[in-house]
Amino acid sequence: MPAFAYHRPASLDEALDLLSRFGEDAKILAGGQSLLPLMALRLSHPANLVDISRVPGLNEIVEDVEGGLAIGATVTHTRAEEAEAVHRLTPLVAAALPLVGHRAIRNRGTVVGSLAHADPAAELPAVALALGARFIAVKSGGQRRVAAADFFSGFLTTDLAPDELLLAVGFPPQKPRTGVSVKEISRRSGDFAIVGLAATVSLDEAGLIASSALSFFGAASTAVRVTEAEEALAGQSPGPEAFEEAARIVSQSLDPPEDANGTTAYRKHVAGVLTRNALADAIDQIGFAA
Amino acid sequence: MNSPSATATQSAMGSLHSPIDGTATIELEVNGVGVTRRVNARLSLADFLRERLDLTGTHLGCEHGVCGACTVVLNDEAVRSCLILAVQADGSRITTIEGLAETDHDGQIISIHPIQRAMQEAHGFQCAFCAPGFLMTALCFLERNPAPTRAQIREEISGNLCRCTGYQSIIAGVETAVEIMAADRREGAQDA
Repeated sequence: MPAFAYHRPASLDEALDLLSRFGEDAKILAGGQSLLPLMALRLSHPANLVDISRVPGLNEIVEDVEGGLAIGATVTHTRAEEAEAVHRLTPLVAAALPLVGHRAIRNRGTVVGSLAHADPAAELPAVALALGARFIAVKSGGQRRVAAADFFSGFLTTDLAPDELLLAVGFPPQKPRTGVSVKEISRRSGDFAIVGLAATVSLDEAGLIASSALSFFGAASTAVRVTEAEEALAGQSPGPEAFEEAARIVSQSLDPPEDANGTTAYRKHVAGVLTRNALADAIDQIGFAA
Repeated sequence: MNSPSATATQSAMGSLHSPIDGTATIELEVNGVGVTRRVNARLSLADFLRERLDLTGTHLGCEHGVCGACTVVLNDEAVRSCLILAVQADGSRITTIEGLAETDHDGQIISIHPIQRAMQEAHGFQCAFCAPGFLMTALCFLERNPAPTRAQIREEISGNLCRCTGYQSIIAGVETAVEIMAADRREGAQDA
């Protein structure tokens, strides 16, 4: 591990003071399951680590009055995975969590940390984008909200400033008659996905598709939604024909990078197959609930 | 490695600041024994256990969280000790492979843990470099889920790599452990 100065603030104010003092020279350490591997591989060598794991008030899962859910900065994947409220209010988050790393990683890694790390092949950024999550960023003397669409700005890059801390992520209430699905292809269980998809579909009272979200990971330099396919689904009767058309648009419009795990053409093809499967899976759930 | 000069400062608020290449004093419980040591901030928990406490049963494979060989138990949860700094483990309770068997005051083994017995019976491992990680993973898993399905076992141990066995014997070992521990519980219930 490269050398660094270690700071373990005991309060949020102290953490924010440290961040404003060190700026670019500091990294926030919560679970450390993304940051420490990067440091071990010498891909990251921050001069200061600010360990927020003992800052009070951050380890909370809070339901809001409208039926939304907020997850605080130090809530681990395992804790979220086991929380009844996460399953009840944010089924898409609950569906994605078991696919994040392995148990030992989820026991330490945090939901908010995954989002702040913004790996384009990770599940949770795509989930946040699909659900239109809101990010609460805080710094000394100020707090702001950032929409998911504005949060992920590039490869491992977010809208957060160096002196800001991602305090929590808020998920809006799920619409009625909604089904969700997370599908991914990876080399081994727990690996980052070669390509994957977080999907939601909502039906109107007549049983036609009212709205949908098709949010891909491992398919671009950030998580990415294919809005053309979402728009094509609107007003359609949910079934193989509509799903096939959405899959075709997805395969056509994505332009995923090529690497050792798959060519661009392979990823485009898989993205289409996953689209079909995820939509069918999501619609099945609505049938179940009705 | 140079001996670090600067030491952490602890504020009245309970915060801790250790300068670059500086040290901090940590207190934790390892295998039931209280331990206090001054450590470098960059020292991983795995290196702390192996090099400072001579608990070399925890093995290091990849050192970046992929192989699972270094898995230990921290406050009842399986964790990668290569992805935790020793300073982060300050105040926690750690169990390593050395803490699995029941031992007497001199550290002599009285009886091995049912999971160890099961792996022995099922011939779970070959070279066994990965064994400590698998055993600590299985320990936490069976505590949370004492009657898992085969699919659940496969899923739960998927974070640990073995390059010898092809995993079938390890899965059989965990299944044997489930049987042994269930029988032990029945016996315990009858005795009570």
